[in-house]
Amino acid sequence: MSSGLINIFSIALGAILANNFIFSQFLGICPFLGVSKKLDTALGMGVAVTFVMGLASAVCYAVNEFILVKFNLEYMQTVAFILVIASLVQFIEMFLQKSMPALYTALGIYLPLITTNCAVLGVVLLNVQNNYNFIDSLVYGITGGLGFLLAIVLFAGVRERNVFADCPKCFEGFPIALVTAGLMALSFMGFSGLSVFG
Amino acid sequence: MDVMNIVSAVVVLAVMGAVFGLILAVASKVFEVKKDPREEEILSHLAGANCGGCGFAGCGACAAAIVEGKAPVTACAPAGAENAAAIAAIMGMEAPSGERKVAFVRCNGGVHAGKRFEYRGVQDCIGASKVAAGPLDCSFGCFGLGSCVSACQFGAMSIGPNGSAVVDPEKCTDCGACMKACPRKLIVEVPASAKVHVACANLDKGKAAMSVCSSSCIGCGLCQKECRKDAIHVVNGVAVIDYAKCVGCKLCTKVCPRDAILPIATAEEKEKYKAVKKAQAEKAAAAAKAAAEKAAAEAPKAEG
Repeated sequence: MSSGLINIFSIALGAILANNFIFSQFLGICPFLGVSKKLDTALGMGVAVTFVMGLASAVCYAVNEFILVKFNLEYMQTVAFILVIASLVQFIEMFLQKSMPALYTALGIYLPLITTNCAVLGVVLLNVQNNYNFIDSLVYGITGGLGFLLAIVLFAGVRERNVFADCPKCFEGFPIALVTAGLMALSFMGFSGLSVFG
Repeated sequence: MDVMNIVSAVVVLAVMGAVFGLILAVASKVFEVKKDPREEEILSHLAGANCGGCGFAGCGACAAAIVEGKAPVTACAPAGAENAAAIAAIMGMEAPSGERKVAFVRCNGGVHAGKRFEYRGVQDCIGASKVAAGPLDCSFGCFGLGSCVSACQFGAMSIGPNGSAVVDPEKCTDCGACMKACPRKLIVEVPASAKVHVACANLDKGKAAMSVCSSSCIGCGLCQKECRKDAIHVVNGVAVIDYAKCVGCKLCTKVCPRDAILPIATAEEKEKYKAVKKAQAEKAAAAAKAAAEKAAAEAPKAEG
Protein backbone atom coordinates (compact mmCIF):
# COMPACT_ATOMS: atom_id res chain seq x y z
CA MET A 1 0.00 0.00 0.00
CA SER A 2 2.72 2.38 0.94
CA SER A 3 4.52 1.70 -2.31
CA GLY A 4 1.28 2.53 -4.12
CA LEU A 5 1.06 5.82 -2.27
CA ILE A 6 4.67 6.63 -3.06
CA ASN A 7 3.99 5.77 -6.67
CA ILE A 8 1.08 8.19 -6.77
CA PHE A 9 3.14 10.85 -5.04
CA SER A 10 5.94 10.48 -7.57
CA ILE A 11 3.45 10.73 -10.45
CA ALA A 12 2.05 13.92 -8.93
CA LEU A 13 5.45 15.45 -8.31
CA GLY A 14 6.54 14.62 -11.84
CA ALA A 15 3.39 16.02 -13.44
CA ILE A 16 3.43 19.27 -11.48
CA LEU A 17 7.12 20.11 -11.38
CA ALA A 18 9.70 17.85 -12.98
CA ASN A 19 7.79 16.93 -16.13
CA ASN A 20 5.52 19.97 -16.23
CA PHE A 21 3.27 19.74 -19.28
CA ILE A 22 4.17 23.17 -20.53
CA PHE A 23 7.75 23.69 -19.51
CA SER A 24 9.21 20.29 -20.18
CA GLN A 25 6.77 18.51 -22.49
CA PHE A 26 5.68 21.57 -24.48
CA LEU A 27 2.03 20.55 -24.60
CA GLY A 28 -0.79 23.07 -24.40
CA ILE A 29 1.37 25.97 -25.52
CA CYS A 30 -1.39 27.77 -27.43
CA PRO A 31 -3.68 28.50 -24.47
CA PHE A 32 -0.56 29.09 -22.38
CA LEU A 33 0.47 31.97 -24.65
CA GLY A 34 -3.01 33.03 -25.70
CA VAL A 35 -4.84 33.39 -22.38
CA SER A 36 -2.03 34.55 -20.11
CA LYS A 37 -2.37 38.30 -20.49
CA LYS A 38 -4.37 38.69 -17.31
CA LEU A 39 -3.98 36.84 -14.04
CA ASP A 40 -7.67 36.14 -13.45
CA THR A 41 -8.38 34.83 -16.93
CA ALA A 42 -5.25 32.67 -16.69
CA LEU A 43 -6.57 31.29 -13.42
CA GLY A 44 -9.94 30.52 -15.04
CA MET A 45 -8.26 28.75 -17.93
CA GLY A 46 -6.01 26.76 -15.60
CA VAL A 47 -8.92 25.59 -13.45
CA ALA A 48 -10.95 24.63 -16.52
CA VAL A 49 -8.03 22.67 -17.97
CA THR A 50 -7.43 20.84 -14.67
CA PHE A 51 -11.08 19.91 -14.52
CA VAL A 52 -11.22 18.61 -18.09
CA MET A 53 -7.87 16.81 -17.88
CA GLY A 54 -8.97 14.88 -14.79
CA LEU A 55 -12.31 13.91 -16.32
CA ALA A 56 -10.80 13.07 -19.71
CA SER A 57 -8.21 10.80 -18.06
CA ALA A 58 -10.93 8.84 -16.29
CA VAL A 59 -13.25 8.53 -19.28
CA CYS A 60 -10.48 7.76 -21.78
CA TYR A 61 -9.08 5.09 -19.47
CA ALA A 62 -12.46 3.39 -19.55
CA VAL A 63 -12.80 3.77 -23.31
CA ASN A 64 -9.33 2.37 -23.88
CA GLU A 65 -9.70 -0.52 -21.46
CA PHE A 66 -13.22 -1.64 -22.33
CA ILE A 67 -13.55 -0.78 -26.01
CA LEU A 68 -10.25 -0.30 -27.81
CA VAL A 69 -8.29 -3.11 -26.16
CA LYS A 70 -11.20 -5.49 -26.49
CA PHE A 71 -11.50 -4.94 -30.24
CA ASN A 72 -7.70 -4.81 -30.76
CA LEU A 73 -7.98 -1.21 -31.89
CA GLU A 74 -5.18 0.34 -29.82
CA TYR A 75 -3.82 1.99 -32.95
CA MET A 76 -7.00 4.07 -33.15
CA GLN A 77 -6.34 5.66 -29.75
CA THR A 78 -5.67 9.18 -31.05
CA VAL A 79 -8.86 9.35 -33.11
CA ALA A 80 -10.99 7.76 -30.43
CA PHE A 81 -9.62 10.03 -27.69
CA ILE A 82 -10.20 13.17 -29.73
CA LEU A 83 -13.79 12.04 -30.19
CA VAL A 84 -14.16 11.41 -26.48
CA ILE A 85 -12.58 14.70 -25.41
CA ALA A 86 -14.60 16.80 -27.87
CA SER A 87 -17.91 15.33 -26.79
CA LEU A 88 -16.90 15.38 -23.13
CA VAL A 89 -16.14 19.09 -23.25
CA GLN A 90 -19.42 19.77 -25.06
CA PHE A 91 -21.29 17.77 -22.45
CA ILE A 92 -19.58 19.52 -19.55
CA GLU A 93 -20.41 22.86 -21.10
CA MET A 94 -24.10 22.04 -21.38
CA PHE A 95 -24.17 20.52 -17.90
CA LEU A 96 -22.51 23.55 -16.31
CA GLN A 97 -24.74 25.99 -18.16
CA LYS A 98 -27.79 24.35 -16.70
CA SER A 99 -26.73 23.37 -13.22
CA MET A 100 -23.86 25.72 -12.33
CA PRO A 101 -24.38 28.95 -14.27
CA ALA A 102 -21.94 30.81 -12.02
CA LEU A 103 -19.08 28.45 -12.83
CA TYR A 104 -20.15 28.46 -16.48
CA THR A 105 -19.88 32.22 -16.77
CA ALA A 106 -16.59 32.17 -14.84
CA LEU A 107 -15.03 29.69 -17.25
CA GLY A 108 -16.77 31.39 -20.15
CA ILE A 109 -15.11 30.99 -23.51
CA TYR A 110 -12.22 28.94 -22.14
CA LEU A 111 -14.27 25.79 -21.79
CA PRO A 112 -14.92 25.22 -25.53
CA LEU A 113 -11.35 26.29 -26.24
CA ILE A 114 -10.06 23.32 -24.27
CA THR A 115 -11.33 20.95 -26.98
CA THR A 116 -8.30 21.91 -29.01
CA ASN A 117 -5.86 21.87 -26.11
CA CYS A 118 -3.16 19.35 -26.91
CA ALA A 119 -2.28 18.93 -23.22
CA VAL A 120 -5.60 17.15 -22.72
CA LEU A 121 -4.99 14.75 -25.58
CA GLY A 122 -1.39 14.44 -24.44
CA VAL A 123 -2.28 13.37 -20.92
CA VAL A 124 -4.62 10.59 -22.03
CA LEU A 125 -2.13 9.27 -24.59
CA LEU A 126 0.66 9.36 -21.99
CA ASN A 127 -1.58 7.47 -19.56
CA VAL A 128 -1.78 4.64 -22.05
CA GLN A 129 1.92 4.81 -22.96
CA ASN A 130 2.95 4.60 -19.31
CA ASN A 131 0.55 1.70 -18.62
CA TYR A 132 -1.11 3.58 -15.75
CA ASN A 133 -4.06 1.97 -14.01
CA PHE A 134 -7.28 3.86 -13.34
CA ILE A 135 -6.12 5.59 -10.13
CA ASP A 136 -2.74 6.48 -11.63
CA SER A 137 -4.42 7.90 -14.75
CA LEU A 138 -6.77 10.03 -12.69
CA VAL A 139 -3.91 11.33 -10.54
CA TYR A 140 -1.76 12.03 -13.56
CA GLY A 141 -4.62 13.87 -15.27
CA ILE A 142 -5.47 16.07 -12.29
CA THR A 143 -1.89 16.82 -11.28
CA GLY A 144 -0.93 17.45 -14.90
CA GLY A 145 -3.73 20.02 -14.96
CA LEU A 146 -2.44 21.50 -11.71
CA GLY A 147 1.00 21.78 -13.32
CA PHE A 148 -0.61 23.64 -16.22
CA LEU A 149 -2.44 25.89 -13.74
CA LEU A 150 0.81 26.65 -11.91
CA ALA A 151 2.65 27.41 -15.12
CA ILE A 152 -0.01 29.67 -16.65
CA VAL A 153 -0.63 31.59 -13.42
CA LEU A 154 3.08 32.22 -12.85
CA PHE A 155 3.50 33.22 -16.47
CA ALA A 156 0.50 35.57 -16.39
CA GLY A 157 1.92 37.23 -13.28
CA VAL A 158 5.22 37.84 -15.06
CA ARG A 159 3.48 39.07 -18.19
CA GLU A 160 1.36 41.55 -16.24
CA ARG A 161 4.57 43.09 -14.94
CA ASN A 162 6.27 42.81 -18.30
CA VAL A 163 3.81 45.32 -19.73
CA PHE A 164 5.40 48.02 -17.59
CA ALA A 165 8.95 47.00 -18.38
CA ASP A 166 10.97 49.29 -20.58
CA CYS A 167 11.99 46.89 -23.33
CA PRO A 168 13.06 47.60 -26.93
CA LYS A 169 10.18 48.38 -29.27
CA CYS A 170 10.79 45.30 -31.42
CA PHE A 171 10.44 43.03 -28.37
CA GLU A 172 7.23 44.54 -27.04
CA GLY A 173 4.28 42.22 -26.57
CA PHE A 174 4.56 38.72 -27.95
CA PRO A 175 8.34 38.42 -28.51
CA ILE A 176 9.17 39.30 -24.91
CA ALA A 177 6.46 36.87 -23.77
CA LEU A 178 8.18 34.09 -25.69
CA VAL A 179 11.55 35.02 -24.17
CA THR A 180 9.91 34.98 -20.75
CA ALA A 181 8.40 31.56 -21.41
CA GLY A 182 11.81 30.26 -22.43
CA LEU A 183 13.43 31.56 -19.27
CA MET A 184 10.68 30.04 -17.12
CA ALA A 185 11.14 26.70 -18.89
CA LEU A 186 14.85 26.93 -18.10
CA SER A 187 14.14 27.59 -14.45
CA PHE A 188 11.76 24.62 -14.33
CA MET A 189 14.66 22.49 -15.60
CA GLY A 190 15.93 22.86 -12.04
CA PHE A 191 13.22 20.44 -10.92
CA SER A 192 14.34 17.71 -13.29
CA GLY A 193 16.57 16.15 -10.63
CA LEU A 194 13.62 15.66 -8.29
CA SER A 195 12.48 12.11 -7.74
CA VAL A 196 10.85 10.07 -5.01
CA PHE A 197 12.69 7.03 -3.81
CA GLY A 198 10.49 4.34 -2.46
CA MET B 1 -8.10 -10.92 -41.41
CA ASP B 2 -7.14 -7.50 -42.68
CA VAL B 3 -10.57 -6.64 -44.02
CA MET B 4 -12.21 -7.54 -40.73
CA ASN B 5 -9.79 -5.23 -38.95
CA ILE B 6 -10.79 -2.29 -41.13
CA VAL B 7 -14.47 -3.10 -40.80
CA SER B 8 -14.31 -3.49 -37.04
CA ALA B 9 -12.39 -0.21 -36.66
CA VAL B 10 -14.93 1.65 -38.75
CA VAL B 11 -17.86 0.05 -36.98
CA VAL B 12 -16.50 0.60 -33.47
CA LEU B 13 -15.66 4.24 -34.10
CA ALA B 14 -18.94 4.86 -35.87
CA VAL B 15 -20.83 3.37 -32.97
CA MET B 16 -18.83 5.41 -30.49
CA GLY B 17 -19.48 8.56 -32.48
CA ALA B 18 -23.17 7.76 -32.73
CA VAL B 19 -23.43 7.06 -29.00
CA PHE B 20 -21.64 10.27 -28.04
CA GLY B 21 -23.75 12.18 -30.52
CA LEU B 22 -26.89 10.69 -29.01
CA ILE B 23 -25.74 11.54 -25.50
CA LEU B 24 -25.05 15.13 -26.56
CA ALA B 25 -28.40 15.38 -28.32
CA VAL B 26 -30.20 14.15 -25.21
CA ALA B 27 -28.08 16.39 -22.99
CA SER B 28 -28.87 19.43 -25.09
CA LYS B 29 -32.57 18.77 -24.46
CA VAL B 30 -32.18 17.88 -20.79
CA PHE B 31 -29.85 20.75 -19.97
CA GLU B 32 -31.54 23.24 -22.23
CA VAL B 33 -31.32 26.81 -20.99
CA LYS B 34 -33.95 29.16 -22.29
CA LYS B 35 -32.32 31.94 -24.22
CA ASP B 36 -33.77 35.13 -25.51
CA PRO B 37 -34.70 34.22 -29.12
CA ARG B 38 -33.46 37.63 -30.22
CA GLU B 39 -29.96 36.57 -29.20
CA GLU B 40 -29.85 33.89 -31.91
CA GLU B 41 -31.23 36.28 -34.50
CA ILE B 42 -28.71 38.96 -33.63
CA LEU B 43 -25.93 36.40 -33.66
CA SER B 44 -26.75 35.59 -37.26
CA HIS B 45 -26.21 39.25 -38.16
CA LEU B 46 -22.83 39.55 -36.45
CA ALA B 47 -19.59 38.95 -38.31
CA GLY B 48 -19.15 35.55 -36.63
CA ALA B 49 -15.37 35.80 -36.55
CA ASN B 50 -15.14 35.91 -32.73
CA CYS B 51 -12.54 38.63 -33.22
CA GLY B 52 -13.23 40.31 -29.89
CA GLY B 53 -13.11 43.75 -31.49
CA CYS B 54 -16.31 44.72 -29.68
CA GLY B 55 -14.68 44.09 -26.30
CA PHE B 56 -16.76 41.01 -25.49
CA ALA B 57 -15.61 37.39 -25.34
CA GLY B 58 -16.79 36.35 -28.79
CA CYS B 59 -19.86 36.99 -30.90
CA GLY B 60 -22.22 35.12 -28.55
CA ALA B 61 -21.32 37.37 -25.63
CA CYS B 62 -21.70 40.43 -27.85
CA ALA B 63 -25.18 39.32 -28.94
CA ALA B 64 -26.16 38.76 -25.30
CA ALA B 65 -24.87 42.24 -24.42
CA ILE B 66 -26.87 43.81 -27.25
CA VAL B 67 -30.04 42.09 -26.05
CA GLU B 68 -29.39 43.31 -22.51
CA GLY B 69 -28.83 46.79 -23.86
CA LYS B 70 -25.24 46.88 -22.62
CA ALA B 71 -23.86 47.23 -26.13
CA PRO B 72 -25.05 49.46 -28.98
CA VAL B 73 -26.60 47.84 -32.05
CA THR B 74 -23.53 49.02 -33.93
CA ALA B 75 -21.18 47.15 -31.58
CA CYS B 76 -19.96 44.86 -34.36
CA ALA B 77 -17.94 47.05 -36.68
CA PRO B 78 -16.97 44.29 -39.15
CA ALA B 79 -20.63 43.41 -39.74
CA GLY B 80 -21.21 46.80 -41.34
CA ALA B 81 -24.10 49.23 -41.47
CA GLU B 82 -26.51 46.83 -43.18
CA ASN B 83 -26.33 44.29 -40.39
CA ALA B 84 -26.43 47.02 -37.75
CA ALA B 85 -29.73 48.14 -39.27
CA ALA B 86 -31.02 44.55 -39.19
CA ILE B 87 -30.03 44.23 -35.52
CA ALA B 88 -31.71 47.53 -34.77
CA ALA B 89 -34.88 46.17 -36.39
CA ILE B 90 -34.69 43.05 -34.20
CA MET B 91 -34.27 45.19 -31.12
CA GLY B 92 -37.19 47.38 -32.21
CA MET B 93 -35.06 50.47 -32.57
CA GLU B 94 -34.64 52.90 -35.40
CA ALA B 95 -31.85 52.17 -37.80
CA PRO B 96 -28.75 54.19 -36.99
CA SER B 97 -28.35 57.09 -39.36
CA GLY B 98 -25.85 56.61 -42.11
CA GLU B 99 -24.09 59.91 -41.39
CA ARG B 100 -20.54 59.31 -40.24
CA LYS B 101 -19.55 61.19 -37.13
CA VAL B 102 -16.15 62.17 -35.86
CA ALA B 103 -14.71 63.59 -32.68
CA PHE B 104 -13.91 67.29 -32.41
CA VAL B 105 -11.91 69.15 -29.75
CA ARG B 106 -13.75 72.27 -28.60
CA CYS B 107 -10.61 74.25 -27.87
CA ASN B 108 -8.05 75.92 -30.06
CA GLY B 109 -6.39 77.75 -27.20
CA GLY B 110 -3.00 76.13 -26.81
CA VAL B 111 -0.35 78.83 -26.88
CA HIS B 112 -3.04 81.55 -27.03
CA ALA B 113 -4.23 80.62 -23.57
CA GLY B 114 -2.61 82.25 -20.54
CA LYS B 115 -0.88 80.04 -17.96
CA ARG B 116 -1.15 80.52 -14.22
CA PHE B 117 1.89 78.36 -13.48
CA GLU B 118 4.30 75.98 -15.12
CA TYR B 119 3.09 72.39 -14.68
CA ARG B 120 5.94 69.91 -14.44
CA GLY B 121 4.17 66.87 -13.04
CA VAL B 122 3.09 63.67 -14.74
CA GLN B 123 2.45 64.48 -18.40
CA ASP B 124 -1.20 63.59 -18.27
CA CYS B 125 -4.28 65.79 -18.44
CA ILE B 126 -6.06 64.20 -15.48
CA GLY B 127 -2.90 64.62 -13.39
CA ALA B 128 -2.61 68.27 -14.45
CA SER B 129 -6.27 68.95 -13.70
CA LYS B 130 -5.73 67.78 -10.10
CA VAL B 131 -3.01 70.35 -9.39
CA ALA B 132 -4.76 73.58 -8.33
CA ALA B 133 -7.43 72.98 -11.02
CA GLY B 134 -4.86 72.92 -13.80
CA PRO B 135 -2.18 75.26 -15.11
CA LEU B 136 -4.41 77.22 -17.51
CA ASP B 137 -6.04 80.56 -16.81
CA CYS B 138 -9.02 79.28 -18.73
CA SER B 139 -11.00 76.81 -16.68
CA PHE B 140 -12.45 75.23 -19.83
CA GLY B 141 -9.43 74.85 -22.10
CA CYS B 142 -7.32 71.98 -23.39
CA PHE B 143 -4.13 71.25 -21.41
CA GLY B 144 -2.46 69.75 -24.47
CA LEU B 145 -0.83 66.95 -22.47
CA GLY B 146 -2.32 64.31 -24.71
CA SER B 147 -4.45 61.99 -22.56
CA CYS B 148 -6.76 61.77 -25.56
CA VAL B 149 -3.81 61.06 -27.87
CA SER B 150 -2.81 58.02 -25.85
CA ALA B 151 -6.45 56.93 -25.53
CA CYS B 152 -6.89 56.89 -29.32
CA GLN B 153 -6.21 53.48 -30.80
CA PHE B 154 -6.47 54.67 -34.37
CA GLY B 155 -3.77 57.33 -34.42
CA ALA B 156 -6.39 59.97 -35.13
CA MET B 157 -5.51 62.32 -32.28
CA SER B 158 -2.47 64.52 -32.00
CA ILE B 159 -1.35 67.70 -30.28
CA GLY B 160 -1.70 70.39 -32.92
CA PRO B 161 0.88 73.01 -33.87
CA ASN B 162 -0.47 75.52 -31.37
CA GLY B 163 -0.50 73.11 -28.43
CA SER B 164 -4.06 71.92 -28.16
CA ALA B 165 -5.36 68.51 -29.25
CA VAL B 166 -6.71 68.04 -32.77
CA VAL B 167 -8.57 65.17 -34.44
CA ASP B 168 -7.76 63.78 -37.86
CA PRO B 169 -11.31 63.24 -39.20
CA GLU B 170 -10.02 60.81 -41.84
CA LYS B 171 -8.75 58.37 -39.21
CA CYS B 172 -11.37 58.96 -36.52
CA THR B 173 -13.85 56.12 -36.01
CA ASP B 174 -15.96 57.92 -33.40
CA CYS B 175 -15.21 55.22 -30.81
CA GLY B 176 -15.50 57.73 -27.98
CA ALA B 177 -12.30 56.76 -26.16
CA CYS B 178 -10.92 60.33 -26.28
CA MET B 179 -14.19 61.77 -25.01
CA LYS B 180 -13.90 59.60 -21.91
CA ALA B 181 -10.21 60.40 -21.46
CA CYS B 182 -10.59 64.20 -21.51
CA PRO B 183 -10.97 65.51 -17.94
CA ARG B 184 -12.48 68.73 -19.27
CA LYS B 185 -15.02 67.00 -21.51
CA LEU B 186 -13.89 69.10 -24.45
CA ILE B 187 -14.25 66.42 -27.10
CA VAL B 188 -17.65 66.09 -28.73
CA GLU B 189 -19.21 64.20 -31.60
CA VAL B 190 -19.81 66.18 -34.80
CA PRO B 191 -20.95 65.13 -38.28
CA ALA B 192 -17.95 64.33 -40.49
CA SER B 193 -19.46 66.54 -43.20
CA ALA B 194 -19.58 69.65 -40.99
CA LYS B 195 -17.43 72.46 -42.38
CA VAL B 196 -17.32 74.92 -39.50
CA HIS B 197 -16.80 74.31 -35.78
CA VAL B 198 -16.71 76.52 -32.73
CA ALA B 199 -13.36 75.71 -31.16
CA CYS B 200 -14.05 77.09 -27.71
CA ALA B 201 -15.99 75.84 -24.74
CA ASN B 202 -15.56 78.84 -22.45
CA LEU B 203 -18.91 79.66 -20.88
CA ASP B 204 -17.72 82.97 -19.45
CA LYS B 205 -18.84 86.16 -21.13
CA GLY B 206 -17.06 89.22 -22.41
CA LYS B 207 -14.02 90.30 -20.44
CA ALA B 208 -13.80 87.20 -18.30
CA ALA B 209 -13.40 85.03 -21.39
CA MET B 210 -11.32 87.61 -23.21
CA SER B 211 -8.67 87.94 -20.52
CA VAL B 212 -7.77 84.23 -20.27
CA CYS B 213 -7.19 83.40 -23.92
CA SER B 214 -6.75 85.31 -27.16
CA SER B 215 -8.89 82.89 -29.16
CA SER B 216 -11.81 82.44 -26.81
CA CYS B 217 -15.48 82.84 -27.65
CA ILE B 218 -16.75 85.82 -25.68
CA GLY B 219 -20.39 85.32 -26.58
CA CYS B 220 -20.61 88.61 -28.51
CA GLY B 221 -23.23 87.24 -30.87
CA LEU B 222 -21.81 88.68 -34.11
CA CYS B 223 -21.90 85.23 -35.71
CA GLN B 224 -25.52 84.79 -34.66
CA LYS B 225 -26.45 88.07 -36.37
CA GLU B 226 -24.46 87.24 -39.46
CA CYS B 227 -25.81 83.74 -40.02
CA ARG B 228 -28.41 83.62 -42.81
CA LYS B 229 -29.61 80.13 -41.91
CA ASP B 230 -30.23 80.67 -38.19
CA ALA B 231 -27.69 77.92 -37.54
CA ILE B 232 -25.42 79.49 -34.90
CA HIS B 233 -26.53 80.73 -31.51
CA VAL B 234 -24.87 81.94 -28.36
CA VAL B 235 -25.96 79.51 -25.65
CA ASN B 236 -24.73 80.02 -22.08
CA GLY B 237 -22.03 82.39 -23.25
CA VAL B 238 -20.56 80.31 -26.04
CA ALA B 239 -21.50 80.00 -29.71
CA VAL B 240 -23.05 76.66 -30.69
CA ILE B 241 -23.63 75.47 -34.24
CA ASP B 242 -26.80 73.64 -35.18
CA TYR B 243 -25.38 71.19 -37.71
CA ALA B 244 -28.83 70.36 -39.07
CA LYS B 245 -29.14 73.92 -40.35
CA CYS B 246 -25.52 74.89 -41.08
CA VAL B 247 -24.68 74.92 -44.78
CA GLY B 248 -20.99 75.67 -44.32
CA CYS B 249 -20.96 79.16 -45.89
CA LYS B 250 -18.26 80.23 -43.39
CA LEU B 251 -19.72 83.75 -42.95
CA CYS B 252 -19.47 83.31 -39.18
CA THR B 253 -15.74 82.61 -39.40
CA LYS B 254 -15.27 85.93 -41.20
CA VAL B 255 -17.05 88.05 -38.65
CA CYS B 256 -15.71 86.37 -35.50
CA PRO B 257 -13.48 88.94 -33.80
CA ARG B 258 -11.76 86.23 -31.73
CA ASP B 259 -10.96 83.65 -34.43
CA ALA B 260 -12.81 81.10 -32.31
CA ILE B 261 -14.63 79.50 -35.23
CA LEU B 262 -12.71 76.99 -37.35
CA PRO B 263 -11.52 77.16 -40.07
CA ILE B 264 -10.05 80.53 -39.07
CA ALA B 265 -10.59 83.12 -41.79
CA THR B 266 -7.41 84.88 -42.90
CA ALA B 267 -7.06 88.66 -42.43
CA GLU B 268 -7.33 89.02 -46.19
CA GLU B 269 -10.65 87.19 -46.31
CA LYS B 270 -11.93 89.25 -43.42
CA GLU B 271 -10.94 92.51 -45.10
CA LYS B 272 -12.52 91.41 -48.34
CA TYR B 273 -15.74 90.49 -46.58
CA LYS B 274 -15.70 93.78 -44.68
CA ALA B 275 -15.26 95.66 -47.97
CA VAL B 276 -18.08 93.70 -49.59
CA LYS B 277 -20.31 94.39 -46.61
CA LYS B 278 -19.39 98.06 -46.60
CA ALA B 279 -20.17 98.33 -50.31
CA GLN B 280 -23.46 96.55 -49.76
CA ALA B 281 -24.31 98.84 -46.86
CA GLU B 282 -23.46 101.93 -48.91
CA LYS B 283 -25.53 100.68 -51.76
CA ALA B 284 -28.44 99.98 -49.46
CA ALA B 285 -28.09 103.37 -47.81
CA ALA B 286 -27.95 105.07 -51.19
CA ALA B 287 -31.00 103.17 -52.35
CA ALA B 288 -32.85 104.10 -49.19
CA LYS B 289 -31.83 107.72 -49.57
CA ALA B 290 -32.95 107.75 -53.20
CA ALA B 291 -36.24 106.20 -52.25
CA ALA B 292 -36.75 108.75 -49.51
CA GLU B 293 -35.91 111.62 -51.87
CA LYS B 294 -38.23 110.24 -54.48
CA ALA B 295 -40.98 109.93 -51.92
CA ALA B 296 -40.31 113.49 -50.73
CA ALA B 297 -40.36 114.75 -54.31
CA GLU B 298 -43.60 112.99 -55.08
CA ALA B 299 -45.34 114.05 -51.92
CA PRO B 300 -45.83 117.77 -52.74
CA LYS B 301 -47.01 116.87 -56.26
CA ALA B 302 -49.76 114.77 -54.84
CA GLU B 303 -50.77 117.64 -52.62
CA GLY B 304 -50.72 120.06 -55.51
